[in-house]
Formats: sequence, structure tokens, C-alpha cells
Amino acid sequence: MSEKPEKLINKKGLRLDGRKTDELRPLKIEVGILSNADGSAYIEHGKNKILAAAFGPREMHPKHLSLPDRMRLRCRYHMASFSVPERKSPAPSRREVELSKVIREALEPSIFVEYYPRTGVDVFIEVLQADGGTRCASITAASLALADAGIPMRDLVVACAAGKIEDKVVLDLFDTEDKVGSADVPLALMPNLNMVSLLQMDGILTTEEFEEAVNLAIEGCRKIYEMQKEALKTKYMLIKEQEEVEEE
Amino acid sequence: MPTYFEKKQLVTPGELLAEGDYLAGNNAYSEENKIYASRIGLADCENKKVNVVALRSLYFPKVGDIVIGTVTEVGFSGWNIDIKAPYTALLRASDVLSRPFKPQNDELSQVLNQGDLIVAKIASYDRSHDPQLTVGEPGLGKITRGQIIKVTPSKIPRVIGRKGAMISTIKQETNCQIILGLNGVILVTGKNSDDEELAMAAIQKIENESHTSGLTDRIAQFLKEEKEKQEEKTK
Repeated sequence: MSEKPEKLINKKGLRLDGRKTDELRPLKIEVGILSNADGSAYIEHGKNKILAAAFGPREMHPKHLSLPDRMRLRCRYHMASFSVPERKSPAPSRREVELSKVIREALEPSIFVEYYPRTGVDVFIEVLQADGGTRCASITAASLALADAGIPMRDLVVACAAGKIEDKVVLDLFDTEDKVGSADVPLALMPNLNMVSLLQMDGILTTEEFEEAVNLAIEGCRKIYEMQKEALKTKYMLIKEQEEVEEE
Repeated sequence: MPTYFEKKQLVTPGELLAEGDYLAGNNAYSEENKIYASRIGLADCENKKVNVVALRSLYFPKVGDIVIGTVTEVGFSGWNIDIKAPYTALLRASDVLSRPFKPQNDELSQVLNQGDLIVAKIASYDRSHDPQLTVGEPGLGKITRGQIIKVTPSKIPRVIGRKGAMISTIKQETNCQIILGLNGVILVTGKNSDDEELAMAAIQKIENESHTSGLTDRIAQFLKEEKEKQEEKTK
């Protein structure tokens, strides 16, 4: 993406990758693909490819970090060196440290942390390929990994972004739109409880535009949630179906 | 006051299960008069109590549970035991020796060493303390022979069966002694290794097919068939 495109939305109202303004990128979600982790998930959100793995609840190491009344959730968001066109140094950057914190805070309200005092849960998120909106895709995958690990949760967490390009509020920005466009609003939602656990904005929006973006992002989250739920059920359905075949 | 699921339906965390006058059972929680699932599992309703049988869970210690653990560390006055829970359990030397423990006389590693397996009961546990074990009851203590098999802790009730039907079938058919650790570790001791192998195969089968109905009968048949095969071999 070296050249800056002139128009982000063409005359037909379609975006650079041919999507309508309120359309999501294609999604593919899989659960339980890493056998060494207690729970895992893989998500392809457009060109984003992200792996998430969860461990725990287990004894906290180092011990002094354990909390007396609840479990500690630790998150590590990391981008692979090959995830972006220019090689990224594998050392955690300022941005990655910040995203780790933001993702942790988006996931924490969904977990019953008070069930297992003095323990720790670790979530590792590895971005294999990045194309804008990785924090949102990461949250969606990490939440699935936690559910797959059997950690008690109030709800799954889904995330999706909306933004503004060429004076239009659009859903689910990809890399170029994010960089050239004028605003980006990532949002994480617990769909059954109807609660928002992450809301950020960079860029400038009017109050009306902001409200439109938030509503659009919530709508996008609900669409992703259906796929997320389906992915989780698919893994466990498979076990059920195999048994039914054996029974016949 | 409706419920929103069919019996044994697969539910995901956060799914609305029931509304109104219901109680939240295992792996479910209530908020504003609504019951939601908190784990992935199979939903069930009994006497207005909504339960979710978890398909994935870990062992959580409870006072009185019989567990099987591994000695991970020999300390000054006791042992650290791994019971496959989020916490390490402690076994005190005075409990094992059943007499006052004197550090200058007793070498703890001669009683139980790292890697030894024990059957123990959880003597005390609460949120602020690690679980303490006791072996001061008949049937508890160091394991000297037999074989170990591990299953998901949430499937232990299935291995026991209704009123112990499943486990007694296996015991009868294989002539094995079976101790179930509620933390998902099972000890099988038989007269010879063939018997043990057979009992273990049966338990493995239960774990793999734990959601299906009529499992007890099928296990009984499976054991009979396998026994015939073994007999043919010895002939």
C-alpha cells in the first residue's frame, strides 16, 4: 500500500475492496486448533490472520503478582515480524504494550474473575498478518479461546470497528481506509448483556457521526457474534456427531 | 416464565437460558431474573433449576473430595502435591507419620519422594488458603501398584454411572479395584496387567462417548467381547 489512492469510495458507492459502506469483510473463525493450549482460536477477518491461545486458570507465576480475591488476567498481543509489509521488530513496541492492555480490559468484564482467587489466566494473541482492525479481530478470537479453555464467562466478547472515510460513516475499515480516512472507532460488545467493554476513537467526528459510527459498529458486532457462536458450537458439535455415528 | 433451550442443547457462554422463576445451577448465572450460561456445555432443567453440563472444565477443590495427586516437592514439614487444580495442595508430615514429627529424626523423602502418587482426601480448603490433604483414613496413602488413567474431571460422574452402575459393571467384569480421583485421575489395580488394560480401555471408551445414552449396556457388552478375545489369545 505504497500509493495513496485518490478515491476511497467510487461513484457506485463501493469501497476500494468492493464492499458497500455497511458491509463486513469476509470472516472465517475456527476454535480449538492448538493442542498444547487449554483453549485456542484462529480468525481470518478479511486479510487479518490472528491466532489466540488461552491457558489457565493456573497457579500464578511469579507468585507476588497473584491477587488475593480474584484471578489475574494477562494478555500479550504480539505481531509477527512478517505480519506487515516492512519487517516489524519482534520486540514488543509501545503500540503492542498498549493494545495488550486495551484487549485485557475489554475481556476482563466478561470473565468471572472472582471464581478463582490467587490464580492466573494467560491469553496470547499472535498476529500473523495484519490489515487494519487487528485489535477487534484479536478480541473476538481471544474471547473464543477463553471459552474453549472452559473459563467461566458472563458472555462472549465481540469487537468491530466503524469509521469515517470521505465524509461517510462506514463499517469495518481495512488498513488503507484506516490510514487515509479521517476517523476510526473500534468497539467491543458483550452482545447478550448489551454492554460495551471497549470504545476508542481516533480522528475527529461530530456528535451525530459518532453516534452513527457506534450504532454501525454494534450492528457489525452482532453479525460477527453469530459467526463466533457458530464457530464455538462447531467444535463441540463435531464431538457429539461422531458419537452419534458410532451409536448407529 | 419460558426456557429458551431444548434438553441437552449445546449452549455457549452468555446464552440466555431462561427467564423468570428459575434458579441458576452449575455453570449458569442469573442477572435481573434471567438465567445465562457461563460455560460451553449441554443445558438441562430440573425442578426449576437450570444446569449446564460443562464440556470443558477443570477440577476445583472441595472439602471431602478424594483425589489422586503427584508429589512435586518435598519440603521441611510436608509435601507439595499436584492435584491438577489451579492450586497446589499441601500434605503435612505429621498427618502421614501419625506421631509428632521431628525434623532431626525423620527424613521426609524416605516416606514420600518426588514423583510418588498418593490417594488423599481434601481436609480443608477455602478461597484464601491452598487445599490441605489428609491420608489418615483407610484406603488413602501412597500408591504402590496399578495403572493411572486421566479423564476430564467433569466426566467422572459419567464413569460412576447412575447409582454406581457403570463403575460396578467394570469392577465386576475385570476383577479390578478402581479408585476414582474427583480431579480426573483414576487408579486401576488388578491381578494382572491384562485386566488393568481392559478396565482402562472401558474408561477411555466412556470418556469418548460420554454424551450418548445407553452407555452402561454398551460398556458391559464391550467388556464381554474383549474378554472373549483375550481368552482366545491365551488358548
